[in-house]
Amino acid sequence: MSGLTVKDLVVDHGAITAINGISFTVEPGQLAAVIGSNGAGKTTLLRTLSGLKHASSGSAQWSGEYILGKKPENLVRHGISHVSEGKSVIPELTVKENLALGGIWRKDKKDVVAVTKEVLELFPRLGERLSQRADTLSGGERQMLAIGRALISRPKLILLDEPSLGLAPLVIEQIFHTIDQLRHKLGLTIVLVEQNAMSALRIADIGIIMNLGKIVATGTATELINDPALHAAYLGY
Amino acid sequence: MHSLRRLFLFIFSTLILLALSLKIEELRVYQGAQIAIYALGISSIVLLTGYSGQVSLGNGAFMAIGAYTAALTQIHWHLPLFFTFVVGTFSAALAGAILGGGAARLSGPYLAGATLALAVGLPTLANQFTILNGETGLDYTSGTPPTWFGESFTLYKWFFWIVLVNVMLMMFFVRNITSSRYGRTWKALRGNPVAAQLSGIQVGGSKVLAFTISAGVAGLAGSLLGMIGFVGPTGFGLGLSFALVTGAVLSGVTSLAGSMLGAVVLVAIPELASVIAHRLGDTERVTSNLPGLIMSTLLILTVLFTPNGPAEQIRKHKARKQ
Amino acid sequence: MQQAINALLIGISNGFIYSLMALALVLVWRSTRVINFAQAGQAILSTYIAYEIVTRTDNFILAFIGGVLAGALVGAVVEILLMRTLFKHVSDGPVAALAPVIASLGLLGLIRSVIGMVWGNDQKPFFPPVSTNGFTFGSTTVPFSRMNLLIVLGAATVMIIFTLIFQKSNLGLALRAAAFQPEIARLAGIRVGAIRTTGWIFAGAAGAVAGILISPNDAITPYSLDSLLIFGFVAAVIGGLESLIGAVVGGLTLGIGLSFILTYIGTSLIFPATFVVLALALIIRPQGLFGSKAARNA
Repeated sequence: MSGLTVKDLVVDHGAITAINGISFTVEPGQLAAVIGSNGAGKTTLLRTLSGLKHASSGSAQWSGEYILGKKPENLVRHGISHVSEGKSVIPELTVKENLALGGIWRKDKKDVVAVTKEVLELFPRLGERLSQRADTLSGGERQMLAIGRALISRPKLILLDEPSLGLAPLVIEQIFHTIDQLRHKLGLTIVLVEQNAMSALRIADIGIIMNLGKIVATGTATELINDPALHAAYLGY
Repeated sequence: MHSLRRLFLFIFSTLILLALSLKIEELRVYQGAQIAIYALGISSIVLLTGYSGQVSLGNGAFMAIGAYTAALTQIHWHLPLFFTFVVGTFSAALAGAILGGGAARLSGPYLAGATLALAVGLPTLANQFTILNGETGLDYTSGTPPTWFGESFTLYKWFFWIVLVNVMLMMFFVRNITSSRYGRTWKALRGNPVAAQLSGIQVGGSKVLAFTISAGVAGLAGSLLGMIGFVGPTGFGLGLSFALVTGAVLSGVTSLAGSMLGAVVLVAIPELASVIAHRLGDTERVTSNLPGLIMSTLLILTVLFTPNGPAEQIRKHKARKQ
Repeated sequence: MQQAINALLIGISNGFIYSLMALALVLVWRSTRVINFAQAGQAILSTYIAYEIVTRTDNFILAFIGGVLAGALVGAVVEILLMRTLFKHVSDGPVAALAPVIASLGLLGLIRSVIGMVWGNDQKPFFPPVSTNGFTFGSTTVPFSRMNLLIVLGAATVMIIFTLIFQKSNLGLALRAAAFQPEIARLAGIRVGAIRTTGWIFAGAAGAVAGILISPNDAITPYSLDSLLIFGFVAAVIGGLESLIGAVVGGLTLGIGLSFILTYIGTSLIFPATFVVLALALIIRPQGLFGSKAARNA
């Protein structure tokens, strides 16, 4: 078994059940878009997969290994990088330091240098601002920095939480374009959580639509885009 | 009606305790007075932390203010005993109001630090002003019991009576205020300050009031402690504040009745320590440090394993069983 | 004029010590969000260990190293045994939120009692390694001795080492990241638990240096660093509680300010003055001189 397999996952949030028994599979190299409104459990799903949150029951496997109950700092070492909601950078640190953070634990320092160079080629804007504090960056630049930092860890699976949040439409297009480019270039598996359903589905292979902690529909991205019932209910137009 | 019943309950238990004191060994009577004073001191923290959600590690300082002002008014103005208590209470309350004004703006760790600074710093003033008489401290007495009480009515019994009546009066006041509008306001504040503010509660004013009353209560406890012991910097130092916090944590901080439990433990610790120290050979180092050792260990263990107090833990346990 | 220079010199020497204690408090605050009142206890314990070594071997350097290592070790032990257990048991309730602060207070009491049992509560003379007589220039003697010079140099060295570690090393980067955004740091692969312990180790060492450097001016007792704890706390608050540079500036400001008050007004005002400084710092600049957006009001 490779890829990401989630089975009967239940996650409680205090007294509330945030995720109520969901199962899905993402094949290696696929991009899965997880769509749904606020409170659907999307963010909780990513937080559980990256080890920030404890699951109540169920299982999740990545490349044949069970990942639930492991700490986030260890999952990074297994190739899972989580870019959390709200531009996950450390505002008090410089751009350079934020990037360096992703490689501190890595033994292969040569590769850290190499991958940092790749990231800076991919996001030249970051290269121009290396010694600036991250809180001086624009929203789009911060998102690039967050993705860049995740890439330094040489991940195989990236969990991306709402990269479009609070960004201007033009910047959103750019970010999605970059994500699409990245996965083809690096052969990444990506789970992309989005409220911006159409943009996400356009670059996705499969879509998972969640509502109130459950999966209400899955399918290939094209199927979902063309399903009129889903349009009305979940895709917003 | 309800509070009338409470009044009778307070009067009744006071009378019983007063009567009991006539039948008990001298040392125990003295310890009874200590317990009552500590219970009052602890309830000043319960009021502040348990109800209004503010923390004070420095209530020993308010006790010191109460004790010193009470003693000074007796020495220099020759006020009758009861009025020295009133002065002690109100001057501590005034200090509490001033500090509370600043405290209302501070969150936990800052307030903890600021009040701790007060607990450490205030006693050092005793050595700086001649009127406070340095380490020797001030002489503050209850006077001898009235002769018509008879020969067998000793000084310790007299202490106990004075202490008990004052403590019970103050406890009654505290008990009433916590179940009043103010008490409910504090609880609302502690639970959710934002919601409380939105529902029209004056957060700042309410917090300052809690600090003022808490300090006043501590001030009376301090005056009483000074009366049965002595008024000096060593008795009112960081150790006292520390004891109060320990007692409050042991009591579970949320219940006034629980403060009795904490007070009994505080008085029992030195007893227990002296028994253990005796077995260990009564060296000076052991005898003088064992009470502190037991108290701090107890405090750490309580915080570690039953952070809301043993009493609370038992209550929860029972509730779960039912 | 001479008097003002004297006040300044004493103030700088004291200020460096306050800075070290403030640094210790800030390091712990940043890593664990706890004001560690036991820092005074940890520091005095390290000082007693240094005292023990210096009385046996008469070698101050050895005592200094031993004391600082002990301080670092105690820091690690406290974090691992006490704080980790505490955060595992944390639950709701009025005390739970304050549990770490109260536990640190309990630990302060515990350490002092243990010291009292081992060494006694009486004053122990900690002999200075260098002269405490002020330097003489021509016919005037300033109240700044070789010991004061040692204090300034020692404290400055510690600060430079810390600055290098924090600004230039990966460990420092991890420490800062974990302090600002522990969750993002974890997602980046940093073992935040171990980093937290490292913060306590550094704090323990800084507190030990403060205790060992200040004590040769005076005798030591289990309580002799209580006031240093308060000065360190006030200095840390002045500097904004989050900032290492702030701690140093806060310490020097407090040291020099108090020294001038002592010189010109009188010793009786040292604690009221400290308290006023604390109140002013909290009211005028709640975020501290170097604090960013630290929300300290409830």
